[in-house]
Amino acid sequence: MRRVIRIVASLVVVALLLLIPQVVGESINALWAQAVYIAVAAMGLNILTGYNGQISIGHGAFYGIGAYTSAILMENSGWQFLPTIPVVVGVALVAGAAFGFPALRLKGLYLALITLGLAAVFPDLINRFASKYGTGGTSLIQPPRVLAPGWADSFADFDDQYRYYMALTIAIVMAVLAANLVRGRYGRALVAVRDHESAASVLGINVARVKVSAFALSAAYAAVAGSLSVLIEGSANAGKIEVFQQSILFLVAVVIGGTATVAGPMVGAVIVVFVQDFAKDLIDDQPVLSPAIFGLVLIVMMYLLPDGLVGGARRLISRVLAKPEVGQPAIPDVSTH
Amino acid sequence: MSLLSVSDLRGGYGPVRVLHGLGFEVNAGEIVVILGANGSGKTSTIRAISGMLQATGSVRLHDEEILGKNPEAIARRRVAHVPQGRGTFPELTVEENLRVGAFSRKDSAVDEDIDRWLTTFPRLRERRTQLAGSMSGGEQQMLAISRALMMNPVLLLLDEPSLGLAPLVTQELFQKLAQLNRETYIAMLIVEQNANLALKTATRGYVLEAGEIVATGTSEELASNDEVRKAYLGMA
Repeated sequence: MRRVIRIVASLVVVALLLLIPQVVGESINALWAQAVYIAVAAMGLNILTGYNGQISIGHGAFYGIGAYTSAILMENSGWQFLPTIPVVVGVALVAGAAFGFPALRLKGLYLALITLGLAAVFPDLINRFASKYGTGGTSLIQPPRVLAPGWADSFADFDDQYRYYMALTIAIVMAVLAANLVRGRYGRALVAVRDHESAASVLGINVARVKVSAFALSAAYAAVAGSLSVLIEGSANAGKIEVFQQSILFLVAVVIGGTATVAGPMVGAVIVVFVQDFAKDLIDDQPVLSPAIFGLVLIVMMYLLPDGLVGGARRLISRVLAKPEVGQPAIPDVSTH
Repeated sequence: MSLLSVSDLRGGYGPVRVLHGLGFEVNAGEIVVILGANGSGKTSTIRAISGMLQATGSVRLHDEEILGKNPEAIARRRVAHVPQGRGTFPELTVEENLRVGAFSRKDSAVDEDIDRWLTTFPRLRERRTQLAGSMSGGEQQMLAISRALMMNPVLLLLDEPSLGLAPLVTQELFQKLAQLNRETYIAMLIVEQNANLALKTATRGYVLEAGEIVATGTSEELASNDEVRKAYLGMA
């Protein structure tokens, strides 16, 4: 029953997302497209931070790896966009695992600090490496845009619409994969390792393998998000500030949406994109204030919904549905992660 | 040949040595108890057997040396460890906890076994979809044991199962363990401070003091041993 509700709800959401370019204007559609790729990164970070309890403030780096891999392959090797995705996934899995191994020795704040370092080092690395590809000796790469083919005329009048659909399709595939992953055997192992490492290991779970693979997977998600950002925005860039901002944005999306829930990161991504945009135009001629407003909204949301939007909604639903029986406390049923 | 045979086990934490060359055996189908006070090395002994504590000496399971293997490898040999303080996963439901117990199993009887242990522990069946973290200490201990049973163990290691439980709950727990042992012949090694109940349940026992075995015998022998009575049974 729960499964049926879940599938129906997902189909409705997908249908609405498919309708968006048909009903909203160009600028709003651009925001939705942005939300789509940020959602992919947040889904990945949720596997690592939400389900496995490893905090990363450095996933902007993996996002950058994806963006640059796609952009360079398209710009310098003449690749189409789609074939770059498997390469991006491969590169990011390796990079993520390589970082996951040393991370095995670190927890909590220390891990957060080291991943923060990753975000700090990445722009320097990429500048050294990518400036031979970028325009005018910078690391800014603008590969040829993906254009809508003839057969797409019926649903995409503009290239932007076509690119949105392409990103959305990839994001849906990634979301289905993530949902299946976290609801199954692997997902239980992630949570077991997060909540009680030694108990997990005596039950036969290889703790190191679980932790490193979670890092690798989440890096792959962040990297695909980076590729999608190239598809949508038309460029790869790695300013110091941007890599930090993206890293934190992903984490914010996960936490606002609801950690360790399937829908949370997606909801969170939509929220951060639209709240940021809302904050930008709220006060005329005072763009400096927009981060402050964004921050204020985040604080209020976390105060009202400490376990995120999805967590809060779940509590509400279970409170409405709960039929407290004698001798059985009304515990919120969160069995369907 | 005994199921588990430990000899000259030495180990500790960094420079602090806790185990000073102890040895004991567990035979197939037996319940063996190791009695000891706080700090005598009970938990360390169990942790050394399940691969979580670096130790030297010998731990043989079915005549195979398992000392030095990692916890996963020992779990795959179906040695199930019920940790002190239970170690259930609070954010997983009862059923999900049981499924984690079957993590390294490849057979198809997992659902059957879940049903089997839920029948053995009816309270868990009532709470099947409830988060483990929302249950009482006794229920969580039952869950930790069922979860270990999901490994299809040949040997169950129980680290102070009575810790933090009310006397009545503890009694029920030990009755369950005895019943399980009768029905399944799964051998159990229990380390305990609660000597009274443990000796009633076990076939044989050892007394551990400062990392060494200082006495051994059948449960009856130990229960009538003056030293044991004084130290663990609160009788003069």
